Amino acid sequence: MIVLDTVPSGALLLTVGVLFAAGVYLLLERSLTRVLLGFVLLGNGANLAILVAGGRAGAPPITGATAEPMSDPLAQAMVLTSIVITLALVAFVLAMAYRSWQLHGHDEVQDDLEDTRIARLADADAPSYADSDAEESGSTLDEEAVAVRDEVALPDRETPSGTTRGGEDA
Amino acid sequence: MTPWSLETLVPLPVLVPLFAAGLALALHRYERAQRIISVVALSVVVAAAAGLVVAAQDGPVVIDVGGWAAPVGVNLVADPLAALMLLVSSVVLLCVLLYSMAQGIADGNDRTAPATRDTKILQEAIRGQDADADEDTRRDVLPVAIFHPTFLILAAGVADAFLAGDLFNLYVGFEILLAASYVLLTLGGTVERIRAGSVYVVVALLSSIVFLVAVGLVYAATGTVNMAQLAERLPDIDPGVRLGIQGLLLLAFGIKAAIFPLSAWLPDSYPTAPAPVTAVFAGLLTKVGVYAILRTQTLLFPRNEALEAVLLVLALATMIVGILGAVAQDDVKRLLSFTLVSHIGYMIFGVALATQASTAAAIFYVVHHITVQTALFLVVGLIERRTGTTSLDRLGGLATMAPGLAVLFFVPAMNLAGIPPLSGFLGKVGLLEAGVVDGSGLAWVLVVGSVVTSLLTLYAVVRAWNKAFWQPCPEKLPEPTPLPWGMVGPTAALVAVSVGLTVVAGPLYAYADRAAESVMDGRTYIEAVFPDGAPRGTGESNKTTDHTEEVAP
Repeated sequence: MIVLDTVPSGALLLTVGVLFAAGVYLLLERSLTRVLLGFVLLGNGANLAILVAGGRAGAPPITGATAEPMSDPLAQAMVLTSIVITLALVAFVLAMAYRSWQLHGHDEVQDDLEDTRIARLADADAPSYADSDAEESGSTLDEEAVAVRDEVALPDRETPSGTTRGGEDA
Repeated sequence: MTPWSLETLVPLPVLVPLFAAGLALALHRYERAQRIISVVALSVVVAAAAGLVVAAQDGPVVIDVGGWAAPVGVNLVADPLAALMLLVSSVVLLCVLLYSMAQGIADGNDRTAPATRDTKILQEAIRGQDADADEDTRRDVLPVAIFHPTFLILAAGVADAFLAGDLFNLYVGFEILLAASYVLLTLGGTVERIRAGSVYVVVALLSSIVFLVAVGLVYAATGTVNMAQLAERLPDIDPGVRLGIQGLLLLAFGIKAAIFPLSAWLPDSYPTAPAPVTAVFAGLLTKVGVYAILRTQTLLFPRNEALEAVLLVLALATMIVGILGAVAQDDVKRLLSFTLVSHIGYMIFGVALATQASTAAAIFYVVHHITVQTALFLVVGLIERRTGTTSLDRLGGLATMAPGLAVLFFVPAMNLAGIPPLSGFLGKVGLLEAGVVDGSGLAWVLVVGSVVTSLLTLYAVVRAWNKAFWQPCPEKLPEPTPLPWGMVGPTAALVAVSVGLTVVAGPLYAYADRAAESVMDGRTYIEAVFPDGAPRGTGESNKTTDHTEEVAP
C-alpha cells in the first residue's frame, strides 16, 4: 500500500516559470529565428509542467513489477508525444525562416500590405470603391511597402538599386 | 469484439487517410496513382462517417484503440455530434480534393494566387526590387508532389480531433491538422505565402502551447485527461482552479476558432493560399476550434454564468467587428475571410447560451456554415481562374460573361446572408429563438446583434455581387480561359449540398438536437465510455493514473 507522492518540486516549478517567461519574451520578437527559440523554450516549459503534473519520480513504470512507487507512465507518454510534435514543428519553422531569408535576406515577419492599404483608405476618408493605387493617392505601393517595414530600416530599402541580400553588407 | 462490429468503423476516418498519405508520398512520381489513392481514401472516410452517423443515433460508439483500458489508453468516441461533424467535413474535403485536382495544383500548374496581378503588385511592392522574381517564378512551376499526402494528413487530423475521447488526443489531432495546414498554406514558398505563413504559424504555435499547458494543468488537477472521467471529476475540484483551466482552454480554442480579439491572424493569412486550400481552411479549421469549445464547455465543465456572459459579449464583438471588416474590403477573398470571422460569432452565441435548443442551433449552424463558406471560396477560386483577379475594383460584367458562375456565387451568398428559406436562415432563426427564450438583457442584445450582422452580411455579399457581376467591366479582363468541368463540378456539388441542407433541415435539426442533448447531458457519453462504471478493454493500469487512489502492490 503505497500512496504516490504528488507534491510538486519547487525547483522544477521555478524552472517552468523561467522557461515560460523567457519563451514569451522571445516570441514577441520580430525575427523568426528568435520566435523559434521562444517556441522551443515554451515547449520545454510545457513539457516540464506535464512531467511535474505526473508527480514525483519513482521506479520505472513497468506493469506488474512494483513494490515501490512508480513514476507516472501517462505523463511520460504524453510528454514523449509532445516532444516529437515540438521537434517536427521546430524543423518546419526553421525551414520557413530559411526560405524567408532566401527571399528577403532576413527573416523578419512583415506587416500585411493589404491591411495598411485599407487603413489608408479610411484615413483619407476616401470612398471604399476608389482604388488607392499610385495614380490616385499619390503614393505607390512601393512607398507603402517601405513605410510598413518598421524596425527593419535596411539602407538598401531606400535605394531600390541596392544590394538584394541582407543588411549585413549594407 | 467481433471482427466487424460497428466499433471497427470508428478509427477508419483517422487511419485510412494516414496510411493513404504514406502511400501517396511513396508514389510521388506517379501522379495518377496519387490521385486515385487520395480519392479512394477520402471516399472511404465519407462512407465510414455516414455509417457512424447512423450508428451513433443509438448512443456513442466507443473503441479503445490500443486495447488499453479507457482512462489510460487512447479511445475514440463517435457520439452524434462527432459523427455529424465528421460526415460534413469529409464530404467537404472530398469535394475540395476533386476541385484541386482539376485545378492542377498537385502537378504544379497552380495558376491562381501567385500568378494574379494583384498579388504580383503586392509582391513587388514588398520586395522593393525584383532581383528575386526569377527565382520566384521558377519556384512556382516546381512540382508540388506533397500536396496530396499533406491534404490526406489534414483529413486525418480533422477526423482525430472530432473523434478524440481524451484531451491529449484532441491536442494531437489539432497538431496533426495544424502541421498539415502549415505546409499547405506555404505551398511553393512564394514571398506572399511565406509572409502570411509566418503570422499564421506563429499564432498557431502559441495557441498549441497554451492548449498543452492546459492539458498539463487538467492532469495535475484531476489525474486524468479522459473526457468521460473529466466530466465526472471536474465539477468536484476547486472552482478557482476549474475557472483557470476553463479559461486557458477557451483561450487556446478561441485562437483556433478566431473569436474576436484573437481573430486578427485569419484575414491576413487565409487569402494568400491557393483557392482550394483557403476553401478547406475556411470551412474546417475554425470549425474544429468551435467544436472543441462546444465539446469542452458543455461536456466537461459545469455551467458557469459569469463565463457564459463573457462568451456572449465576445460572440457579439466577433459578429460585429468581423462583418464591419468585411464591409470595408474590396477583395472578395478577404471579404469572405472577414465574414468567416463574423459568423463564428453565431456559433459562439449558441454555445454561450448553454441550453439544449441553443446548442442544437449552433451545431446546425456549424454544419451549414462549413458547406456554405467552403462553396463560396471555391466559387471565388473559379472567378479568379476565369478573370485572373479577385479585386472588386477590377472585376465586372461577370453576370453576362459567365452566367453559370453567377448562379454558383449567388446561391451560397444568399444562404450565407440568411435569406429564407435557405439553411442559413433556419440556423439563424434557431439561434434567435434560443436567445429569446433565454430572455436576459444580454441575450436580447445578442439577438439584435445577430439580425444586424445578418443584414450587414447581406450588404457585403450584395456589394460583391454588384461589383463583380453587375457593374460593367471597368477594364479589359484577360482572354477568357474555359473553366475545367473538374473544378465546376465539385463546386456545384457543394452548392447543391448546401441547398440540400435546407431540404433535409427537419431531420438534420432533429439530429442536431439529439447531438446537443447528448453533449449537454453527458450521461450517455460517460456510460458509453465506462459501461457499468467499469473500465473497458483489457488493460489494467487504471490505478496508477489516479493520484488519490492507492497503487496495488
